[in-house]
Amino acid sequence: MAKIGVLIETREGQVKKTTLGILTAARQDPAGEVYALLLDPHPEACSETLKQYGADRIVAIRTKEQNISSFPEGQAAALASACDHFQLDVLLGSSGLAGRDLLARVASLKGAPLVLDCLQVDLVKGVVRKSHFSGRTTAELKLSARPWILGIRPNAVPERVDPRLGEIIEYKVAGPFPKRMAIRGIRKGDAGGPDVSEAEIVISGGRAMGSAENFQILRECASRLGAAVGATRAAVDAGYAPHSMQVGQTGKTVSPRLYIACGISGSVQHFAGMKTSKVIVGINKDKDAPIFQKCDYGLLGDLFEIVPALTKALSKE
Amino acid sequence: MCLKHVPDTAANIRPLGGTAFDESVKFIMNPYDEYALEQALLIREGCPGAEIIAVTVGREAAASTLRTALALGADRAIHVRTEAYFTDPIETGRLLHQAISRDGSPDLILTGRQSIDTETMQTPYRLGVFFDMPVVINVVAFSMADGLVTVEREIEGDIREVIEMAMPCIVGATKELNQPRSATLPDMMKAKKKEIRVMTRADLGAAPGLPAVELLGLQAVPDRGQGRMLEGSPDAMAQELLHILRADHTL
Repeated sequence: MAKIGVLIETREGQVKKTTLGILTAARQDPAGEVYALLLDPHPEACSETLKQYGADRIVAIRTKEQNISSFPEGQAAALASACDHFQLDVLLGSSGLAGRDLLARVASLKGAPLVLDCLQVDLVKGVVRKSHFSGRTTAELKLSARPWILGIRPNAVPERVDPRLGEIIEYKVAGPFPKRMAIRGIRKGDAGGPDVSEAEIVISGGRAMGSAENFQILRECASRLGAAVGATRAAVDAGYAPHSMQVGQTGKTVSPRLYIACGISGSVQHFAGMKTSKVIVGINKDKDAPIFQKCDYGLLGDLFEIVPALTKALSKE
Repeated sequence: MCLKHVPDTAANIRPLGGTAFDESVKFIMNPYDEYALEQALLIREGCPGAEIIAVTVGREAAASTLRTALALGADRAIHVRTEAYFTDPIETGRLLHQAISRDGSPDLILTGRQSIDTETMQTPYRLGVFFDMPVVINVVAFSMADGLVTVEREIEGDIREVIEMAMPCIVGATKELNQPRSATLPDMMKAKKKEIRVMTRADLGAAPGLPAVELLGLQAVPDRGQGRMLEGSPDAMAQELLHILRADHTL
């Protein structure tokens, strides 16, 4: 029976939504036993959710280190230790920035094969599919030695309720942990709002937005939609939006349920970051914009009229 | 600093069956590696006597990206020459580690946060374990003093973590770290005289159990077709769009 570990990410004590789909992916192996691995030492607040989405066992990893979250190397060492202790065959996680960092650290420590940003995983065959060449091709990859360590692109696998017992186990890691690297603080930019790479709906603006202030109309629409706001490289380079919002080849890759591109011509570099979105809507006043050739729905017209109309229509209900 | 020779960001990649693809496209230095190289150049400006060594793992053609790095200001280069385009990620880390260690002991290793071709997103971390050095990627700000490196890395949203690391260490650069310069024609001429040390895979020993990840094949991802164009006033189009998105449960 394959033992499948899932790295659980939490925010303010709750399981992050993008983690739920990872549990669903873990449940695809009918003979698998799913271990939800929590670096947060307080599993109680999360345990109901983890049970609902298929955790057979919930492992609360505890260390003597008070601020383990300030030491990424320590977190990885604790996680690697848990993989050994529970003899996990597979470790799955979300391939967002945080998950990707931890999974890569664990895989390197263990010398284990790692594939990040998977679009599909077959946990029986050990075959996965991921983007190559910035989304212009996908690659099918086969992993050999165990454990297989896999990061799945956020939102690539929709979550499904599949209740299990979710027995809580405590696992203590003795340490000591390396402290040659430490997080000393955080700095918040002024963009705010949810992160594009994990959002289920993204509304993005291109150079046609014209100014940083004009992004406000996207934020208003986004708050009605429950969306995150993104930007193209051109808009970021023009100073209209911070790099953290950039979607595309030198920015973030997103895979939301809905992607609304406003005043975006649709360069290959931009598509590299959003082409796996389920539904793509283009809003552009140029009828020849390439975006209309590779989207699901096109709205020809001025984004400064259409986006507020969309916001208005959303707020009516 | 480690860099990679990759197809241009705008290149159309056409799979030719199996793991082959049409390679008759323009190749460039991996864009993220440009930020790493620029940071190396900036560091050297403040540390006279520092030496920048550009290292790559790749086929013969990758030498052109090393020449670009030399034109931009790298002092010399090491080319670990491979036969195949695709190299297992653990093997890439091992080859870089072997090549760099045979050359000397680096005080700092800079590279891009990921390559834009295979996107394995793990080379800096593999190097971290091979060299036993701390690693941070997604670095958007960098400073160095008294054997300590302070970086800022992007995490989710518009939030950055400030991280301190003891040197020697490994930094994975991303956009926003700096503004990469471009090479001039005289720089390119001078670069021709700089040394590229070639090592082969055979020179660097073999590791058991690799590849740990085998590429089975590449498949093209077709663009979706022409979108369905909605019509009418902005209000009418907005309402129709919401109607459609609700009907198919997108919203």
